[in-house]
Amino acid sequence: MQEHWGDTLGPALVQHIELTLIAVVIGFVLAFPLALLAHRYRVLEQPFGAFSALLYTIPSLALFQFLIPFSGLTTTTVEIALVAYTLVMLFPNFVAGLNGTPSEVLEAARGMGLTQRQVLWRVELPLAVPAIIGGLRIAVVSTVAIATIAALLLPKGLGYPIFLALKEPTPFKTEIYSAGLLAVVLALTCDALLVGLRRVLVPWARKGLA
Amino acid sequence: MILDTANLHTFVEAFRFIGDNQHFLLSKALEQLELAGAALLISVAIALPAGVVLGHYHRGANVAIGTSIVGRGLPSLVLIATFLTLLGIGFVNNMVALAVLGTGPILTNSFDGIDRVDRDAVEAARGMGMTDSQMLRRVELPLAIPMIFTGIRVAAVTIVATAPIAAVAGGGGLGDIIVNQASYRLAGVLGASLCVMLLSALVFLALAAIQIAVTPAPLRGSRVVGNPRRKETL
Repeated sequence: MQEHWGDTLGPALVQHIELTLIAVVIGFVLAFPLALLAHRYRVLEQPFGAFSALLYTIPSLALFQFLIPFSGLTTTTVEIALVAYTLVMLFPNFVAGLNGTPSEVLEAARGMGLTQRQVLWRVELPLAVPAIIGGLRIAVVSTVAIATIAALLLPKGLGYPIFLALKEPTPFKTEIYSAGLLAVVLALTCDALLVGLRRVLVPWARKGLA
Repeated sequence: MILDTANLHTFVEAFRFIGDNQHFLLSKALEQLELAGAALLISVAIALPAGVVLGHYHRGANVAIGTSIVGRGLPSLVLIATFLTLLGIGFVNNMVALAVLGTGPILTNSFDGIDRVDRDAVEAARGMGMTDSQMLRRVELPLAIPMIFTGIRVAAVTIVATAPIAAVAGGGGLGDIIVNQASYRLAGVLGASLCVMLLSALVFLALAAIQIAVTPAPLRGSRVVGNPRRKETL
């Protein structure tokens, strides 16, 4: 593992983190306002939800290929697909979090004279943080996993050394094991970081509310 | 990688490829379903009884939930490649790798489904003098069916969607075409990808229909076709 670190594994890991980070950030930026919209206008929740569930049934390998005619063999193609999958995982969690405020709490907030906007920003949103982070955990861990498939299109990420190793007549075990291990460790590390973030943001929710 | 120029006309060529190769694509699709079906059977056979028993005794929540977190973090490609080195190229290694992928959601949901059955209902059943196995068969299992089936559906869609990747390790199926652009050109790759999309949508719908059929009538109001991942808590 050490001798391949500099030339293959190190750069692949950095590229993998890049692919994942870009996808999750864009996914968050898209899913958050959509969730606010679906929270405000409840009729929108079903169509949005059904659309994202439909996206999820599309196999990643097929979606990557499907996008090539539109955006070519580029990082953009990979990111469009990855963002689509993060939406599927972020949106329902965000909406569930925002809609999950107990009715007594809402009544109390209104009784204290808060406007609808104040209720959202001061009551519903803080209470939704555990669910939002729960969604981010699923999205990050899954994106790390799906991003390995991206290597079929682009020589990028931890999937690439694995695909190369598989092409050999007798597959190179070291590449497969070390790149695979790195991918799993990366996923679990990201997950642990988000759990840590939740502890900092919502110290009252120690026992897995998300 | 050989690159054809890709533009929207490629879709026209892809549909032409599908039209010209219907029998070939159908046999590849069946090959893929065979692999996915075998893998799903194994994961159901392992995860369902385990989840049901753990849920019945309300034990091992950490194991049941942890499996799904770890399972999500295991990239399918890594699993397939690893089992290839252990079991050699071909059907068996892919079947085992895909079965591992399916185990997480089924275990988590069957545990959760049984574990969360209303305690009052269980108490009432015990009060009526039911034995443990009667309670399980007549009360807990019927009430947990929607959730258990959601887990099986998530697993099935995941397995069918991942099966094309198995082609890199001799798994056959539509993936053979997708990973072989040199022979089939982009039009063939795209045509096969469209078939894969159709196949997983069909599997999703078929399982949703079966789910409605096996759900006891009084429980049918609950949402059946929703986000497949929603029930799977992390």
